[in-house]
Amino acid sequence: MDSIINFLFNDYIIQVATITGINIIMVLGLNLITGVTGQLSLGHAAFMSIGAYSSSIISIKLGAPFIVSLIAGTGFGALFGALLGVPILRLRGDYLAIATLGFGEIVRVVILNTPYLGGALGIYGIPPSTNLAITAFFVVFAIFFMYRLEKSRHGLAIRSIREDEIAAEMMGVNISKYKVLSFTIGSAFAGLGGALYAHFLSYINPIDFGFMKSIEQLCMLVLGGMGSITGAVFGSIVLSTVPEILRFASEYRMVTYGIVLILMMVFRPQGLFGKIKVNV
Amino acid sequence: MLEIILKQLLNGITVGSIYSLIALGYTMVYGIIKLINFAHGDIYMVGAFIGLIVATHFTSNFIVVMAVAMALTAVLGVLVEKIAYKPVRNSSRISALISAIGASIFISNLVVLINGPQREAYPQIFPEINFVIGGITISFLQIFIILVSIALMFGLYYIVHNTKMGVAMRAVSQNMTTARLMGINSDKVISFTFAIGSSLAAAAGVLVGTYYRAVDPLMGLLFGLKAFVAAVLGGIGSIPGAMVGGLVLGLAEVMGVAFISPSFRDAIAFGILIFILIVKPSGLFGKATKEKV
Repeated sequence: MDSIINFLFNDYIIQVATITGINIIMVLGLNLITGVTGQLSLGHAAFMSIGAYSSSIISIKLGAPFIVSLIAGTGFGALFGALLGVPILRLRGDYLAIATLGFGEIVRVVILNTPYLGGALGIYGIPPSTNLAITAFFVVFAIFFMYRLEKSRHGLAIRSIREDEIAAEMMGVNISKYKVLSFTIGSAFAGLGGALYAHFLSYINPIDFGFMKSIEQLCMLVLGGMGSITGAVFGSIVLSTVPEILRFASEYRMVTYGIVLILMMVFRPQGLFGKIKVNV
Repeated sequence: MLEIILKQLLNGITVGSIYSLIALGYTMVYGIIKLINFAHGDIYMVGAFIGLIVATHFTSNFIVVMAVAMALTAVLGVLVEKIAYKPVRNSSRISALISAIGASIFISNLVVLINGPQREAYPQIFPEINFVIGGITISFLQIFIILVSIALMFGLYYIVHNTKMGVAMRAVSQNMTTARLMGINSDKVISFTFAIGSSLAAAAGVLVGTYYRAVDPLMGLLFGLKAFVAAVLGGIGSIPGAMVGGLVLGLAEVMGVAFISPSFRDAIAFGILIFILIVKPSGLFGKATKEKV
């Protein structure tokens, strides 16, 4: 019995489980933006980095307690989500995707060149306050929050934007308000994920939050199925753990990633758990 | 001061004409099937690597290097289209976009797998010749790159405007269904577009290799994204737009590096991108499209 418990709770498993949980929180945020609202975002990692950096700065330089830095990370994620959401409201489909991509790259370059944020060296010595229990709590919270939101009147309005923007507007849905709201909430979860991530690894670096990270999060969502909470959770679990299991074949990981993405789009574009076809 | 500005102007035009060559591929593909070909940057990288292999192992004759790289990369472009894009042509736009991202990840990491992630030195194809005109040093290579780019763009212009295939390309980009009803084989036209776009990207890859004297498997991502910014800047779907967009981006970047700060080089391109998207989403030469209800 002891050996089973030791096996189940060794550091490595706990680490993978925590990272998986953090990914679930962020992908649920992306699901709200891309899956539920139908706004393709290729810059989700930017909000993760904003959450990670702001919470780390507050922890280290101001010595704030963990919960304050988590709130700050979430808040900054939300703030930047709203700031980006307002000007790019008018953009649709591909153009929106490109603008979010550009925003992600700008955030990365700015962090990379700001000495106060550690530049290319990153930030060391962030108090390692995140643990599995805290992460699990926020995962449950995120799932519950997203579930309640989708079932609410607001969730219905947000979904109507995905289905047909013009028809939704005709029916009196305030499209601008809901698009910004969706961007803000989705980015807040990315910020929370980033804050948890920084306080788990206690070291962050701009390279961790590049374009490929955004793509990785999108892959998790697409694999599970866009617009589905079950899908977002499942996709995050699979793509966070499979690379660990396949560590011996890590060189082939990214190549396989590419093939899986293409095959998924050709044979099951709605993902494993998706019920709807998101048309962006 | 004037000398520095002129020197930077020349640098900007050199880099800009390379951006233009890559941007043309993005813009042509977008014009025809409304897809952001995310793998285009990686196709450009493969073109550079094919050039590298030919130049180090076979011949350093520039025309041969360029021709082989362009031909093989054209084949690769068509293959990518057949495997990753054709099956999703009738699916939603997001599926096509993700399939394109998948193709991009696959190609760049396949090259990493074969070559390793490290940089490779590019062989010196041309001797270093510098001219000094009125106090400004101009390298032969820069003039050469600009001339080759202009020649390739004129070639493209000729194909699009004076050949049967070019007419078919323009017809398909106007309306694929109608073009098909008129007896145009749209599959063939799309393949041809990918072949042309990819070979121009390969030419850009070889030029970048000879200019910067180094290539690496991950260079496609950032350079490709920036060329894509150039295409959006000029108005995606417009061929003259891509040419002008490339030049404007190249100049803006070089001037930004020279007069603002070199470390924000990459942010300049994306800053321009977001500015253009917000102010004039259809770009300098693009036509604004209204959504039909």
